[in-house]
Amino acid sequence: MTVGAGPQAVIPPKPVRPPSGLAVAGISLRAWRRFWLVLGIVVALTLPLFAGSFTTFQLTQAAIYAIAILGLNLLTGFNGQFSLGHSAFYAIGAYTAAIMMDQWEIAYYWTLPAAGLICLVVGFLFGLPALRLEGLYLALATFALAVATPQILKFSPLEEWTGGVQGIFILKPDAPPGLPLDQDQWLYYFTLAVTAVLFVCARSLVRSRTGRAIMAIRDNPIAARSMGINTALYKSLTFGVSALYTGVAGALGAIVVQFVAPDSFTFLLAVTFLVGLVIGGVGSIPGSLAGGLFVLFLPNLAEQISKGLAWGVYGVILILLIYVMPSGAAGLVRLVTMRLAKPSG
Amino acid sequence: MKMTILAMSLLSAALAGAAFAGPAAAADMPGVTDTTIKIGNTNPYSGPASAYGTIGKTIDAYFRKVNAEGGINGRTIEFISYDDGYSPPKTVEQTRKLVESDNVAVVFQGLGTPTNSAVHKYLNSKKVPQLFVATGATKWGDPENYPWTIGWQPNYQSEGRIYAKYLLEEKPDAKIAILYQNDDYGKDYVQGLKDGLGDKASSMIVAEESYETSDPTVDSQVINLKSSGADVFFNVATPKFAAQAIRKVAELGWEPLHLLNNVSNSPGAVLEPAGLENSTGIISAFYHMDPTDSQWADHPGYKEWLAFMDEYYPDGDKKSTFTVFGYLAAQTMEHVLRQAGDDLSRENIMKQAASIQDLELGMLLPGIKINTGPSDYFPIEQMQMARFNGTNWELFGEIISGEIGS
Amino acid sequence: MDAYTILQQAISGVATGGIYASVALAVVMIYRAIDHFNFAQGEMAMFSTYIAWSLMHAGLPYWWAFILTLAISFLGGVLIERVIFRPIHDAPVLSHVVVFIGLLAIFNSAAGFIWDYTIKPFPSPFASGGLFGSTLISLHKAGMIAVTLVVLGLVYAFFRFTEVGLAMRAAAQNPESARLVGVRVEWMTALGWGMAAAIGAVAGMMIAHDVYLEPNMMIGVLLYGFAGAIVGGVDSPGGAVFGGFLVGIIENLVGLVPFVGSELKLTVALVLIVGVLMVRPSGIFGTRVVRRV
Repeated sequence: MTVGAGPQAVIPPKPVRPPSGLAVAGISLRAWRRFWLVLGIVVALTLPLFAGSFTTFQLTQAAIYAIAILGLNLLTGFNGQFSLGHSAFYAIGAYTAAIMMDQWEIAYYWTLPAAGLICLVVGFLFGLPALRLEGLYLALATFALAVATPQILKFSPLEEWTGGVQGIFILKPDAPPGLPLDQDQWLYYFTLAVTAVLFVCARSLVRSRTGRAIMAIRDNPIAARSMGINTALYKSLTFGVSALYTGVAGALGAIVVQFVAPDSFTFLLAVTFLVGLVIGGVGSIPGSLAGGLFVLFLPNLAEQISKGLAWGVYGVILILLIYVMPSGAAGLVRLVTMRLAKPSG
Repeated sequence: MKMTILAMSLLSAALAGAAFAGPAAAADMPGVTDTTIKIGNTNPYSGPASAYGTIGKTIDAYFRKVNAEGGINGRTIEFISYDDGYSPPKTVEQTRKLVESDNVAVVFQGLGTPTNSAVHKYLNSKKVPQLFVATGATKWGDPENYPWTIGWQPNYQSEGRIYAKYLLEEKPDAKIAILYQNDDYGKDYVQGLKDGLGDKASSMIVAEESYETSDPTVDSQVINLKSSGADVFFNVATPKFAAQAIRKVAELGWEPLHLLNNVSNSPGAVLEPAGLENSTGIISAFYHMDPTDSQWADHPGYKEWLAFMDEYYPDGDKKSTFTVFGYLAAQTMEHVLRQAGDDLSRENIMKQAASIQDLELGMLLPGIKINTGPSDYFPIEQMQMARFNGTNWELFGEIISGEIGS
Repeated sequence: MDAYTILQQAISGVATGGIYASVALAVVMIYRAIDHFNFAQGEMAMFSTYIAWSLMHAGLPYWWAFILTLAISFLGGVLIERVIFRPIHDAPVLSHVVVFIGLLAIFNSAAGFIWDYTIKPFPSPFASGGLFGSTLISLHKAGMIAVTLVVLGLVYAFFRFTEVGLAMRAAAQNPESARLVGVRVEWMTALGWGMAAAIGAVAGMMIAHDVYLEPNMMIGVLLYGFAGAIVGGVDSPGGAVFGGFLVGIIENLVGLVPFVGSELKLTVALVLIVGVLMVRPSGIFGTRVVRRV
């Protein structure tokens, strides 16, 4: 009798893409997708010109969370490995950026590839022993990583580097000379560019042979292995890439917030990423964008409803969202599209 | 298709412009109109630190009282407090919202050290007063580098120094064991004690054990501390863990000289659960009255506080020192605003905050006064020591001034 | 470090381990019922303990409050399953996880709102003082360990020897087949939830005496309880209890190591736990998952 949580128990069934050849209101789905993409780009590019610097700052943070959630999505949504520990990679990325900028006075844009590289290696190394674990057991191992991170950051012998409990300050970078942008706007566009690049890369990864191998491992590891896919290598690599994404997000986060401290990276952050992943849509790349927006703005909404019960209201909203969209925002969009779609021609 | 995109872009731009336009206010008195003063605040109302949210709620209640009694120089206070869940990035977001979106006059009593640290430079660069921060860290009293930030409560390091001085006088050959919370609060106290002991620190301190707030109990730490053979126990823990430690010490049959930090010395909230017998003989330092200490029951200051709680914050926990804390801080803010008169520019409010003279408030210990000056950004520096006799805290000695950098 | 201290730490570890073991048992219970882990288990246990506290404060004697709390918790667990989880039955597992997180937030927030954050002492059904008069372990802690073992025995007997227990295991592992043989799957799940909530309530009431009752009482405990259940093998009640004790002992003894001390205690304890998992990926007593093609 086999018992226990295998990967099937933890990850959702593969999302169904609406078949091509369908149309809504006479316009093909393909054209619709293009429309939304163009609209999204236009809105994203012009927003800082109308919104105040505070909203620009908020959207920059939402984009950063979206990148972190995309990292988690690659691992959990596309590869079926459950991680509750991505706050650790976010922290590594953030501290890498902070130490480089504060102690070695390296320019901010170099911190991103550095953070990514370090997290790629750390993620890969973590992924190796994680190969032996599945489902709930992997959850615990990653959760242990998340819980241990603040304590490691506070460890006295490391204080010279990490700033200990006091944290590290970073100066905000200015826009390149010649551009009529203030710091917030520049950081917004910079983050937007990074986000776009990372999302495009993720999309091509998922659509490539490697992507198919990764998803095959999620859906049926035994079949995948018998087809010749080196599951061990791919799983560890995915861990690494996933950590890379979240690490880059962490570095960006540090630059934008201008401050890192152990308290910013508790396991609650890892839980937040998971919530963003699910609400946005597991296994959906645009869903990660929605997830980023959700995790930034939902707490604010909850607080407006009731300050005394702020966390409680947040919990209620989460549950209601799951009722309304059990497969996340991406799932809801898919559902609506399928309802409205008719065969074209 | 292109027309639709253009139309939608224009529409969203218009909406954005309308939504984010700020309210009209006097150009040189941001956050202030003829009838209102906006005061901003961040507090943890959600997450594991939500216990401290009581402070924010108390301040809100107190400003409602002020408004109900006529306001300040004809203006009512609009207190805007946002939840930051004790997460520094969230504090940055909420503080920027207060300053850039809500256009508050000042940011008052933000809670926590890492959270205030995150917005320290921002508020100073924007020249927004960061008043009376709700943390005992020492870094807030630095007028030269951060002229817009000022602390409030006696800082942890000076309290540590007070205990050090006491030990050097009363028990110079003591062997000290320390239990401390592994964060800025705990480490600050330990630093203060070590600074106060000077050269003798390394010989007198024989054991140090830290704990995380996620630890269920501190039993194992206390066992280690006892086994060090120390005869003085410095208890730098928050209420729950302090009570656990007091009880464990008694259970182990250990009878050290027990020094308890100010954050956790409430009879009703800590000593009673720990066991009044177990707590007899503990020494601590005070700057305000504790609402559960029966010796203050007839004091007019206490009665005023009680009346305030009954009327404006009846749901509040009358056993919690957080309510006294918030009450006193709000009164300090009120005093500063009254002193500012009609000039409620940020510069003047800051100036008034830095020129408080001998302010005595009802719930402060008799004899303790609030004083600030252009180079003295520590409003409350005095404390008095007390010993618990099983029922009340018996104050002894004189009012001590914790000196910084001495 | 003398031998007496090491002994004290080990015994203290067993005592703390009793706390973790009782929570681990509740974790296993829910796992048996729904095949995954409920993050809100700790907060539900805390909430139950507050209910018990309120009952005692209203004048009820300890054992009446205890039993009434068990009943209320059981009903509460069943209700939560029927009302909150039934509508999202078919949703992916990760969505369930988010609902658990939502429940966690709701219980924690509500408890703080209703009962405040000041710590409250919680009475013990056992007399005060040490076991056999020693200072090594208190009567309450010894009693708590005994209670945990008794509950473990009951749970084990339930699953092994009763029809209902068998039906519940079947429903959790293979709902479709179970339905085919006539098991009322939905009610089995609800029953499992109720039992887990009741066990959690017992754990909460035992723990509260030692750690003091406050809304965040269970957050740290849940982490270690979860770790204990996993290390012991999450599908084995006995294993989970053993895991809980093991985690308690590791945690206490690690604090004795010189360089690590208490500053890295949590980290090292977690590393050791993960290390155990490396060697036994399904937990020490967990059933090995063998997938054959």
